[in-house]
Amino acid sequence: MGEVIVITSGKGGVGKTTTTANLGAVLADMGKKVVLVDTDIGLRNLDVVMGLENRIVYDLIDVVEGRCRLKQALIKDKRFDNLYLLPANQTRDKTAVSRQQMIDLTSQLKEEYEFVLIDCPAGIEMGFKNAIAGAEKALVVTTPEVAAVRDADRIIGLLEAAEMEAPRLIINRLRPDMVRKGNMMNIDDMMEILAIDLIGVVPEDEYIVISTNRGEPAVLNKNSRAGKAYCNISRRLLGEEIPFLNWDQENSFMAKLRKLIGLG
Amino acid sequence: MLEFLLRFFGRETSSRKVAKERLRLVLVHDRVGVSPSLLEALKNDLIKVISEYLDIDNTGLEVNFNQENDSVALVANIPILSVKRSVSGDRQY
Repeated sequence: MGEVIVITSGKGGVGKTTTTANLGAVLADMGKKVVLVDTDIGLRNLDVVMGLENRIVYDLIDVVEGRCRLKQALIKDKRFDNLYLLPANQTRDKTAVSRQQMIDLTSQLKEEYEFVLIDCPAGIEMGFKNAIAGAEKALVVTTPEVAAVRDADRIIGLLEAAEMEAPRLIINRLRPDMVRKGNMMNIDDMMEILAIDLIGVVPEDEYIVISTNRGEPAVLNKNSRAGKAYCNISRRLLGEEIPFLNWDQENSFMAKLRKLIGLG
Repeated sequence: MLEFLLRFFGRETSSRKVAKERLRLVLVHDRVGVSPSLLEALKNDLIKVISEYLDIDNTGLEVNFNQENDSVALVANIPILSVKRSVSGDRQY
């Protein structure tokens, strides 16, 4: 029996879809059988990020409304043997599926797949409620900005209210250079405020833009810093103990100088 | 020059600290789930009750939520003008 993990954030544009695609790719590459479910009905994106947009025949709504069998709607990723995508519908809206339908769908999927990753839409309304309905675990994605952390806090509260297992945090798009200069919140700042466990930190990486342009997961490039971070997160999901990198160590010369003259 | 030195030695309030402080305050309100109108109503009721015992400066009154560790406290800063000799009205508690 597989695990159903929802990737959520509250705020839009913080990297839920990119995270879902990359974690799915790494887990599949490690030999796990993975299915990605796009629940952003009406605004589907995961297919484009994955580069699978031309292969959609049926979608999630076709499955729940019985127009096709589940297997027919799943798109197999040709780059990874064990990776599948269930795309969202683009013409309907979030009310086209119910919580119960999502619970039925995910329980069917987890019988065959070891990981069912749910890409949650932004917001806290129906789409969010549907996305978390069948999930046992949640990963909350945030970026080091006031608005994103605020929304993450709200989402964590809603996940707790839904009696889900304690969610884990992904800090995305961290810029170590800005953190060092004191111009971006650091990991400890966000951990202290949100008070949940951290599962990974993904540094800002131009390669994400490039790989998204091409419709390939960044993890295909072994030199991508973000790709490496996604590998670490996936391994932590599998229960491995991977030490966290020190992204925000103070610029040592300046820190020492400050301390030396009593301003540290 | 001074500004440059302050920045050079990192004494200027960093935008990171500003962000964290703003976030902290926003979340205190978010988590308590209190809207500004509710806070205003609470403030007015506080004034009403306290005025029965003390002469207070209504304009200088501040009511806010403060967060310490994992708990949120209601902090009211109420300037007292004078203490009444007896309780006004015939309230019975």
